[in-house]
Amino acid sequence: MIELKNISKLYKTKNGEITAVQDVNLTIQPGEIFGIIGYSGAGKSSLIRLLNGLEKPTTGTVVVNGQEISSISGNKLRNARQKISMIFQHFNLLWSRTVEDNIAFPLEIAGVSKEERSKRVKELIDLVGLTGREKSYPSQLSGGQKQRVGIARALANKPEVLLCDEATSALDPETTDQILDLLLDINKRLGLTIVLITHEMHVIRKICNRVAVMEAGHVVEQGEVLNVFQNPQAQITKNFVMQVSGSKESKDSIKQMLVNYPTGKIVKLSFIGTTSGQPVIAQLIKEFNVDVNIVHGNISQTANGPYGTLIVQVDGERKNVEKALKHLDTLEIQTEVIDHA
Amino acid sequence: MLNQLFPNVNWEKMWEATYETLYMTTISTIATFVLGLAIGILLFLTSPNQLWANKVANFITGAFVNVFRSIPFIILIILLIPFTKLLLGTIRGTNAALPALIIGAAPFYARMVLIALREIDKGVIEAAKSMGAKTSTIIWKVLIPESFPALLSGITVTAVALVGYTAMAGTIGAGGLGNLAFIDGFQRSRDDVTLMATIIILVIVFIFQFIGDFITSKTDKR
Ligand SMILES: Nc1ncnc2c1ncn2[C@@H]1O[C@H](COP(=O)(O)OP(=O)(O)OP(=O)(O)O)[C@@H](O)[C@H]1O
Ligand SMILES: [Mg+2]
Repeated sequence: MIELKNISKLYKTKNGEITAVQDVNLTIQPGEIFGIIGYSGAGKSSLIRLLNGLEKPTTGTVVVNGQEISSISGNKLRNARQKISMIFQHFNLLWSRTVEDNIAFPLEIAGVSKEERSKRVKELIDLVGLTGREKSYPSQLSGGQKQRVGIARALANKPEVLLCDEATSALDPETTDQILDLLLDINKRLGLTIVLITHEMHVIRKICNRVAVMEAGHVVEQGEVLNVFQNPQAQITKNFVMQVSGSKESKDSIKQMLVNYPTGKIVKLSFIGTTSGQPVIAQLIKEFNVDVNIVHGNISQTANGPYGTLIVQVDGERKNVEKALKHLDTLEIQTEVIDHA
Repeated sequence: MLNQLFPNVNWEKMWEATYETLYMTTISTIATFVLGLAIGILLFLTSPNQLWANKVANFITGAFVNVFRSIPFIILIILLIPFTKLLLGTIRGTNAALPALIIGAAPFYARMVLIALREIDKGVIEAAKSMGAKTSTIIWKVLIPESFPALLSGITVTAVALVGYTAMAGTIGAGGLGNLAFIDGFQRSRDDVTLMATIIILVIVFIFQFIGDFITSKTDKR
């Protein structure tokens, strides 16, 4: 659906050239939710703006929906943009228009008749859950409601691709979750491809199928969200994963644990998918006659199933502990002995 | 009663002068709105990073605006005499004042248009672009509606200034209340005529200001 080949983007400024994006290759499948995560200035916005031709790449090609966005212009580009919608961090609604007129705006651009417009606007208002607020002005809406208008507006012309540039960064955690649920719902119902930029791993975890991690213009890591969570390679990815797995605090609790329980082994269990449902701990205690203390636990729901980490202290007779650890290896669980006590 | 307070006022003449002032102000305000808006939009679109970013066009438009904005109005009238003569065949009467009024006020208003357009959130223009909007759509459906309250309060200020300009134009024979106050009031030392003309001008200004403020607040949905 989307293919970026050897993309670089340079900005010429008074203080010389700035490389915002460098040597990026990405392929995004139809119907998937693809996340791009990185810190401020990593080049995420620059990258996503190449996808609808708001910026042209300095080198490389961008193909979206079978069209080479990086080389078309004028009417052709404008028509292509009607099928590649975008939502924004600050919503970018027209304050002079009501909710319904904001949503009708892209339809006016596409030359849709008045009757068709009002019919479509009604559908969209229902879809994003804004019934009753049709005649409100953006200034009368909360942030979450504004973003719903933004989403409805983006969906008006039945796009194939939805680009989200930090669409939830201006919202509180509760509202963020609601908007993400809406995006997930839209993705399932309409089957449209979503590319989403964020600096919050929480967002990636909640709705993305695949993720690319950006640092200083480069994509340093990409893959299935679950895999990246379980086995982050680059340091920056590890930092992002820490945002949601809370392993930072657990380091402290491990230290405390080592002080409190100078025996046994501290083991980190990471499990994905259905294995998180298994009664692992109870099994260890019953079958291997060991003590299991939970140091830290965390389960996160991702778009592709649950993902969790559990840090435990396994104590008892040495023989039994070793057996227990061997047993863990046979399960579909990643185990890592963190520290020998 | 009124005749006792203003013994020298010829009411028929006063109303005629009022009508002339209103005529000159209204026509020139409308023309200034259109012309100033066009120049202001051009100035905005040709500025760096905008849709028609163009250094040369921006410089020329900007220079034109600055030059005409800087010329004192009374001098502008004199400078424009040959032009007015060519255009209308005369330099007397209310219509003859219009070219100077419009050329004097439009650059002034264009500046205010530019300021109003700069206040528009860049993101909104970008959103329209991302939807596939043409530049003309962006002008009519984003730039003008989004800055409308500011455009209106700008034209109110300009209209009030134009009432003043018409009075100045009056002194060189354009008619209107300024002319009446100057010839009937000042030159014949009839202070009551000057006073009455002043009162009417003030009333006109207040009415303009009131209407402008009212519509501005009605259209402002921010
Ligand atoms: N129009 C521009 N002109 C010059 N430099 C730019 C321009 N846009 C972005 N940059 C530079 O490119 C780099 C990447 O910026 P970009 O906005 O893509 O980052 P980002 O990852 O989206 O950051 P954020 O999370 O803060 O939005 C930055 O160094 C920025 O200063
Ligand atoms: Mg950004």
